[in-house]
Amino acid sequence: MATGDLVPTHFPARRAAQVALHHLNTHHGSPFRVFGLQRVHTATAEDQVVGTAGRKYSLDFSVTDYGSSGSVLRCSAEVLFPRTETHTHTPPEVHLRCEDLTHISSSPEELAFYQKHTAPHSAISAHDLPDSQGNISQDMQPFWHLARVAASFIMLRESSENTEYNMAQVANLTQQETSEKQLMLKYHVLLHDIVSQEIIHWKLLCSWSPEGGVSVRETEWLPKCPHDTGPPTAH
Amino acid sequence: MKGLLVLTALFVAVFGKVTFEGDQVLRITAKDAEQISLLKELPEQTLGLDFWMEPVHESLPVDVHVPFHSLQAVRAFLAYNQIQYNIMIENVQDLLDDEEREMVKSRAFPRSTDDFVYTTYHDLNSIYSFIDMLVAENSMVSKIVIGQSYESRPLNVLKFSTGANRPGLWIDTGIHSREWVTQASGIWFAKKIVTDYGRDPVLTDILNKYDIFLEIVTNPDGYAYTHSRDRMWRKTRKPNPGSSCVGVDPNRNWDAGFGGGGSSSNPCTETYRGPSAHSEPEVKAIVDFVKSHGNLKAFVSIHSYSQMLLYPYGYKSTPAKDQAELHALASKAISELQSLYNTSYRYGSIITTIYQASGGTIDWTYDQGIKYSYTFELRDTGRYGFILPANQIIPTAEETWLALMAIMEHTKNNPY
Repeated sequence: MATGDLVPTHFPARRAAQVALHHLNTHHGSPFRVFGLQRVHTATAEDQVVGTAGRKYSLDFSVTDYGSSGSVLRCSAEVLFPRTETHTHTPPEVHLRCEDLTHISSSPEELAFYQKHTAPHSAISAHDLPDSQGNISQDMQPFWHLARVAASFIMLRESSENTEYNMAQVANLTQQETSEKQLMLKYHVLLHDIVSQEIIHWKLLCSWSPEGGVSVRETEWLPKCPHDTGPPTAH
Repeated sequence: MKGLLVLTALFVAVFGKVTFEGDQVLRITAKDAEQISLLKELPEQTLGLDFWMEPVHESLPVDVHVPFHSLQAVRAFLAYNQIQYNIMIENVQDLLDDEEREMVKSRAFPRSTDDFVYTTYHDLNSIYSFIDMLVAENSMVSKIVIGQSYESRPLNVLKFSTGANRPGLWIDTGIHSREWVTQASGIWFAKKIVTDYGRDPVLTDILNKYDIFLEIVTNPDGYAYTHSRDRMWRKTRKPNPGSSCVGVDPNRNWDAGFGGGGSSSNPCTETYRGPSAHSEPEVKAIVDFVKSHGNLKAFVSIHSYSQMLLYPYGYKSTPAKDQAELHALASKAISELQSLYNTSYRYGSIITTIYQASGGTIDWTYDQGIKYSYTFELRDTGRYGFILPANQIIPTAEETWLALMAIMEHTKNNPY
């Protein structure tokens, strides 16, 4: 992999930016806020030998919130892909700053959604979001966004310089009863890795509240076929 | 009685409405006769309730369509009286919209390509019908069957021609079956060509000098499988001896750096290259066609997603001989594309821009001497990915067409 100045439109910079994006979504995503990568402006890479050994990318990029506002944010990040002696995968480390990213109290939409679905007898379940034709109802979109945010925890953890993850589809979701003041959801999601072109199935249990944000409680990788040996990064 | 008073206090008048937006259908489970009585006492008319299953007995569910304006009141009533329920239909309007969509699709089969619905995804039979209709309607269009898929489906290529012995321009879509916006765009391109011939001077000039070949469903077995079993299927459907895993990646099966890095030897992977170059009938058919035609001057293979325009090589980092020209033309094509809806694309050689990939289509066609060999990755950049909403088919096809026209026009203006 190259070091020094990188071509911002080429894959090494792009993959690193996608990792920063996943990090951003885990921290700031909600049913009404999900970011997508818009453009990488500049990128450099260097080998880091002091501290955690690995390759460190420095990025300047823009993201779009397609959860509701459509607003564009400018961000900068350092993404370190650790180099390990063993064959086990170590997740990347990300430091990220975005302008205008506010930790404001939740939007009215979020509060209304939260109240509606944590009311007694709320028992949402759905499958195939979006469906084969790309359709998804207005009502289901926040659940789709939440899935993307929760999936970002997994995508971030599983990322390396040789992966580039997106969430391809939500296979199903079921609301879970809970005594906590959280919206608790079980998801089966399909992730797509552009590099290997594989579709990887994960089950996850996540919670969300307007004040607390998204937190992922459990994750479980589902093998594609019986002799599947692991998600792409495990190879 | 108190419940009813609470209810009335919360009641909001229902005005005449045109949609069912926000209406819900609740399934209520009464636990005893008393709860059934309470339900029977609900002022149906004033609330605008429509019982799909009337309250009869506590052993039977009560299904009721509640208009949006009455929802809060009804749910408060149920909560107050501790009557259990769950939401059967979150939003009635959504269900109606879905049904409307289905009805549009299953309306009497289109009788002509003017009747055909371009704003939805179609199954294989519908696409084959479209192809036959287009040929029947236009003397400049003919269908060539270049071979058969593994499961014996015809590999249909549309030929657009206004005269004999012309050099050719090739476009294929759907080589990876899950990339549905590509086959859908291919259909739109076919119609666009016949519509614009004789109207658009640039296209007319191109077709007066070149034939256009368009293979809309390059991997029909895979496409059928995405409809019947697995929306995310990419490869062909040929079984692999000694493995329970099916299929070969048709874009790693070409004889260009075959077997190198950027393709897999494992049949269970999405980039499995196959047992040998051109082992897949879907690939071999195109190889045979290209060789026997002998005079193709441009070759464009269309994929999704990522929004990229790519040129050779994928299998090696040595720049293509014509790199400078290919790069400049890609830049022009991309700015044409962007001019329509401001969709931004990245461009460059395959190996520098997206990843190393060996055994790819356009590496082979380029090394056969077809200079203007390009691959597109259409919309989007990962938000919807392979399942791009149908309402983006036409905008995607329209903007991509501008890029294709730039490539075809340049080919025409720079004969070699």
